[in-house]
Amino acid sequence: MLFLNQLINGLHIGSIYALIALGYTMVYGIVKLINFAHGDIIMVGAYVSLILITDAHVPFYLAVPVTMAFCALLGVLIERLAYKPLRSAPRISALITAIGVSMFLQNLAQQIFTATPRPYPTVFTVAPIVIGKLSINFLTVLTVSVSIVLMIALQAFVRLTKTGKAMRAVSEDMGAAQLMGINVNNTISITFAIGSALAAIGAILYSLNYPLISPTMGSLPGLKAFIAAVFGGIGILPGAMIGGFVMGIAESLTKGFISTQLPDAVVYGILIVMLLVKPAGLLGKRTSEKV
Amino acid sequence: MLKVENINVYYGAIHALHDISFHVEQGEIVTLIGANGAGKTSILNAISALVPHKSGTITFCDKELSRVPANKLVSMGLSQVPEGRRMFSKMTVLENLEMGAFTRRNRAEMQQDLEMIFSHFPRLKERVKQLAGTLSGGEQQMLAMGRALMSHPRLLMMDEPSMGLSPILVQEIFNIIQEINKEGTTVLLVEQNAHMALSIASRAYVLETGKIIKEGNAADLLRDDDVRKAYLGN
Repeated sequence: MLFLNQLINGLHIGSIYALIALGYTMVYGIVKLINFAHGDIIMVGAYVSLILITDAHVPFYLAVPVTMAFCALLGVLIERLAYKPLRSAPRISALITAIGVSMFLQNLAQQIFTATPRPYPTVFTVAPIVIGKLSINFLTVLTVSVSIVLMIALQAFVRLTKTGKAMRAVSEDMGAAQLMGINVNNTISITFAIGSALAAIGAILYSLNYPLISPTMGSLPGLKAFIAAVFGGIGILPGAMIGGFVMGIAESLTKGFISTQLPDAVVYGILIVMLLVKPAGLLGKRTSEKV
Repeated sequence: MLKVENINVYYGAIHALHDISFHVEQGEIVTLIGANGAGKTSILNAISALVPHKSGTITFCDKELSRVPANKLVSMGLSQVPEGRRMFSKMTVLENLEMGAFTRRNRAEMQQDLEMIFSHFPRLKERVKQLAGTLSGGEQQMLAMGRALMSHPRLLMMDEPSMGLSPILVQEIFNIIQEINKEGTTVLLVEQNAHMALSIASRAYVLETGKIIKEGNAADLLRDDDVRKAYLGN
């Protein structure tokens, strides 16, 4: 029973990691940049939704899309201002800039909101669902199902729509995509917007589960999601999803059966083992070129 | 149709193209030949706005291209088959062809062009659902051409279509270039395989270290002593 409970907890947190990991992996796929500011988009999303719900008394169902839009816009803005000018610069420059953007967002939040954590409101007061001896929180059901629906929707978007196909084309070969008449800049903006909007949902779901909001709160889920993306094979969407779930479940089972002190060590350990065995990640492939 | 006048291209301090001027008229096959590193690809990339030119003008169908971004050229009727094919290897053959038609809206016309491409390249039709990365080199070249043709270009620019292909496949590809040209598409062909290029082109320009050193009718150049010595091996 403990095992089942921990597994469900793992699915809960894992689906949040997966949502955030999608943003990392999409951005990496298209501009080959680890967007370290992605974790801080979570923090911004948490504050924006908190202010909307608590201070502005906006109903939850409206606060969600507004937060998504805000984060999407922020993501696009960050790309245009900080990363786009460095697109042809060495990759390390953009990487360092990403770390800079992350610090900037954290410090800006500290200026505006102070470092004192704020509580996140309880939105759902639905009784847990009881199946025999097992009781599952409504929030868990909601989080897992919302995440799965979003992942399927994203996958369908990227596979089937014209914009999604353009994203894949740009991620493979920017120059060739341009020769097709694809507007590369817009396609990159759309990628950042989608990734950040997913992070906004991740932020709300994360805050509902860990209801304490602070300027540095994005770092840890951001890092875990990044690890999930690398574990699954960075740049590959299904890899990020699997990675997210694996990380969440590993963390939760460690808490339940080994020690509550060790989940992070186990998570990082799993990544190290994966990188030793399969350096490109679970679904990553070494591509060969045909002449 | 295409008029290039005195363009200069620099890569940092390297002066890659010196005062290049040439023109392509409606319905022609024009070829630029020259050795590796002569600047053939740079010329195409300058026309496609993938590399900026420092001075000179490029005019296509009476429009100056200097301020036109790369992604707008396709809808003007200019399409490039890049060197090394540059397939979207993780996308299917059909998706690659769809990307070629990215700027088009008229589905019926697109379908017509797709049929036309399949009639030229039946192999592609057999493999529509296959990932482009799994195709052979020759099939990839066909797909690259098909993809470029999906934009229904007025001018098709091809960069080294013979690269890495067996002589039989090269012959096949060049036959198809001629067919496409007869159907009304103007072709600008960049080639190292000078003999093949000259045998199908109407006019040709010879490039050496970033300069045009000779121009004329393809048939004349095929008989020209200097050209024969330098590029045809006899």
